[in-house]
Amino acid sequence: MLVFTVAGSFWLEIALKVGVLRRIKRLAFTIIPVAIIFLAWDAYAISHKHWRFDETQMLGAVGPFRIPLEEYLFFIIVPIASVMTLEGVRQIKKHWSVGDSNEL
Amino acid sequence: MSYSDLAVLALSITVFFDLFIVRTQLLTKAIFWTSYAIIVPMQLITNWWLTSRFIVIYNPETMIGRRLAGAPIEDLLFGFSLILATMSTWVYVGRRMNAK
Repeated sequence: MLVFTVAGSFWLEIALKVGVLRRIKRLAFTIIPVAIIFLAWDAYAISHKHWRFDETQMLGAVGPFRIPLEEYLFFIIVPIASVMTLEGVRQIKKHWSVGDSNEL
Repeated sequence: MSYSDLAVLALSITVFFDLFIVRTQLLTKAIFWTSYAIIVPMQLITNWWLTSRFIVIYNPETMIGRRLAGAPIEDLLFGFSLILATMSTWVYVGRRMNAK
C-alpha cells in the first residue's frame, strides 16, 4: 500500500516539477506536527482495539505505543503524497489561488 | 471514545483549524477540492487492498457499521481530516516562510 502511494504520487516530483522534496524544511514543519497528532490517534485506536494489524503480513518492527513501523511510515508518506497532489494541481492550474503567496 | 466519535471530532477540529485558526480557508478553494477528488479514489483503492487481504482488521463494535471499499465509512472522515490538516499546515508554513 505504501509502495502504491509512493508510485502514485512521487512521479509528480519529476514530471510536474512540484519541488516538494526540495522544500524539505517546509515539508518537515508540515509533517511533524500533523504526524504526531495522528499517531496519537493511532496509538489510542490500537490500545482501545478500534483496529489491529495482521502480524504475519507486517515487517515485524513495532515502535513506541505499539504502533507498527508501517504506520509510522504511513503518516510520513501519505502527507507527502497529499502535498505533491496539491502542488501538482497548482502546476496545472496556475491561476488558482492557494493562499501562501507563492502565486504572482 | 469510539472510532465514529474520534472521526467526527477530528473532522470538526481540522475544519475549524483551516477556516478560523490558521485561516488558510482551503475548504473554500477549488485547488483543495480538486486535489481531494484525485486522492479519494486512491484512498478507496488502498482501503480495499488493506481490508480485503485482512492486513488491517477493524473492530465492528467501535464504528457505525457502514462500509465503503471494505473499510468503515469513518475512514473517509479520517482521511479527509489527515489530508486537510496536512495541506492547511503546508500552506500556513509556506505563507510564514514567504513572509520573511
